Amino acid sequence: MTDELFKQMAQSIIDGDADAATQLAEQAIQGGLDPLEAITKGFVVGVNFVGQQFAEGEAFLPELVMAGEAMKAAVKTLEPEMMKRGAEREVLGKVVLATVEGDIHEIGKSLVGTMLTAAGFEVFDLGVDASPHKIIAKAIEVNADIIAMSALLTTTMVKQREVIDDLEKEGLRSRFKVMVGGAPITRDWVSRISADGYSEDAIGAVNIAKQLVAAG
Amino acid sequence: MSKNIKSITNPKLQLKVLTPEDVRKIHDATLQIIEKVGVRFPSQRALEVWAENGAEIDRDRMIVRARPELIEQALDSCPPFYTLAARNPQQDLPLDGNHVYAGTDGCGVEVIDIHTGVKRTSELQDVRDIARIADATEEVAFHWVPVSAQDKPHQTRGLHEIRAIWGNSTKHVQTESVYSEHEARAAIEMASLIAGGKDQLRKRPVLSLMQCTASPLGHDGGSLDAALLAAEAGIPTGFMTMAACLTTGPATMAGNLAVGNAEVIAATAMLQLAHPGAPVFYAAAQTASDLRNGAYTGGGPEDFLFGAATNVLADYYNIPLSMGSFATGAKEPNWQAGLENSLSTFMASLVMSDMLLGLGFLHGSRIWSFAEMMLDAEIFSIVHKMMQGIPVNAETLALEAIAAVGPGGNFLSQKHTRAHMRDLFLPQFMDRRPYTEWESKKDDARDWALTKARKLLAEHQPDPLDAALDAELERIIAAEEKALV
Ligand code: B12
Repeated sequence: MTDELFKQMAQSIIDGDADAATQLAEQAIQGGLDPLEAITKGFVVGVNFVGQQFAEGEAFLPELVMAGEAMKAAVKTLEPEMMKRGAEREVLGKVVLATVEGDIHEIGKSLVGTMLTAAGFEVFDLGVDASPHKIIAKAIEVNADIIAMSALLTTTMVKQREVIDDLEKEGLRSRFKVMVGGAPITRDWVSRISADGYSEDAIGAVNIAKQLVAAG
Repeated sequence: MSKNIKSITNPKLQLKVLTPEDVRKIHDATLQIIEKVGVRFPSQRALEVWAENGAEIDRDRMIVRARPELIEQALDSCPPFYTLAARNPQQDLPLDGNHVYAGTDGCGVEVIDIHTGVKRTSELQDVRDIARIADATEEVAFHWVPVSAQDKPHQTRGLHEIRAIWGNSTKHVQTESVYSEHEARAAIEMASLIAGGKDQLRKRPVLSLMQCTASPLGHDGGSLDAALLAAEAGIPTGFMTMAACLTTGPATMAGNLAVGNAEVIAATAMLQLAHPGAPVFYAAAQTASDLRNGAYTGGGPEDFLFGAATNVLADYYNIPLSMGSFATGAKEPNWQAGLENSLSTFMASLVMSDMLLGLGFLHGSRIWSFAEMMLDAEIFSIVHKMMQGIPVNAETLALEAIAAVGPGGNFLSQKHTRAHMRDLFLPQFMDRRPYTEWESKKDDARDWALTKARKLLAEHQPDPLDAALDAELERIIAAEEKALV
């Protein structure tokens, strides 16, 4: 019976069906199932499957994004029950993600967010045009492991440096790993601003993030 | 060096990509989107304009919803024809629907160095070099600021860039790198100086502005403020949608056209409400995002169709179009670059898009290549030739020459041949040599194109900008820099 439920959970993610995922999560709670088990044995199996298909070029971006949305819906439904039981979902790390101030390019940043979430990171997406202050305040608030910044303009990439400088000034630099990306970002820039990681695409971003949390 | 500008005119080829019925449906969908869903205008000034004209405004989210009548009425005051002025009036560009002009592409972030061939960050000197080569290239009718002068402070970078182009070319300048109110103000002041005063600038706009919309259904605040200032000064201004199927637009092409159209039309209407009769243009570079990684493709069949469809829309609104063609996603001048840039440019030309952007980029509008610039110029020349079609008349039917040669023989020694041989296209960069010659050299179009760019850069002397005038431009930029610190 539970096995069947787990299967349905995985399938709801594969179908990118947030409504079904929510419903199955509610069913799990009513049935007294351990919410963490619902996640790891049910929903995550679906996420991994879609991720694998995507990596092999079988699934496309919208399927990945919809799987991510369905996963979010499931976790959100299960969260109150987890709180009640004092259980915490294991995440690879917490990432505060934003497109920097003055910049409204959103797609690349959001894809990085989707991939990080799918890989098991908890992502706090501040959207676009986020000021250094806002980024740093959020990182402190959620006790982030990584600050990830996207900049697509040569006029706004300086904001990545500003955040790093501000962290330095406030004595916070060693507390967070900083990774950056976007069209004008080059290796040279990354070393000039002393960021910790950089990638040219979203899949690479996941690898970098994993390395950064492993390096602790 | 010739001051001639090569443009496509009096076209002999035609293409039907949308029926009048299709256009109507897209227009109706557009009005419905603007009225029901709304468009985001994150600028106080723009919101004021809408409020004064009775549009419905959600102040918190800065979303405007406007009735179809308001939009249609506002669009009525768009001037259908006007001229982009050049420093040299011989190089003025009438946007009259009967010309297709090509420009350089704009705002690149890296350059393949013309001397070393190494890819590096773009600088002000690159802007100067590209402007100089473009000045000597007849296929280039106007400039976009080609790459970003990253060695200049980011707040005034856009000003350094236009000064560098005016200093190295007499052709019209269009910029997409002025997108804040303060920079626009200074840019207008600089343009007034070049034109000889504010009133003269209105008559002879030597500068035009291109602003991106923020798909889906939004705009950038700085861009809106800059556009409003430009429209007030009589500087032609266009909004460019880059709606991409899958990410910033629906997966279907018609839906993507409607989303982009709603952005452009709403912003254009806003400019007209603020400054009726201001010269405006429609600008677009829609595409489809890559299914696997979401990348901006800058090519592919959808791109080519958008290139053809958009001018039909711009014609419906009776405003000129600036269409993104060229701008391949290829990483070097290769098969993909040739294919994408030829088809996109051909499709956009077939429907007589007024301006085509632009020559010189690789990697989806990011990396400037001097070789690609020259190769793109040749693509434009080929399309130019094709658009002349096949003239059929007594002279071209050549009956006399045919009778003189008779069965067998050849036409090489005929007077008729001599009179018309120069009608045939003479490529600069196509390899038609014997195989063994190629085998011994293994060079190709890319090498020849780069050689040509280097030669133009070394030899071409553009008509200089008056030194006192240039000093004035420099003064404006310096004052702007001082005010900012
Ligand atoms: C689409 C687009 C837009 C859209 C964005 C729509 C949206 N909702 O996001 C719109 C039309 C709004 C837009 C606006 C503008 N744009 Co624009 N835009 C592009 C374009 C064509 C593609 C960007 C994109 O979405 N790519 C697809 C995604 C998937 O890729 P990506 O963003 O690069 O992200 C990937 C990687 O970079 C990496 N990554 C990204 N972020 C991060 C972060 C981290 C931490 C990591 C590890 C990795 C990472 O992973 C991502 C996924 O694989 C680029 C050119 C290009 N090819 O990059 C120009 C480009 C970036 N834009 C440019 C310009 C100039 C502008 C405008 C200023 C134009 C104007 N005058 O209005 C405005 C900017 C206004 C503002 N204040 O921000 C220039 C910048 C040049 C420069 N010198 O700075 C470019 C290079 C094009 C050009 N040559 O003109 N643009």
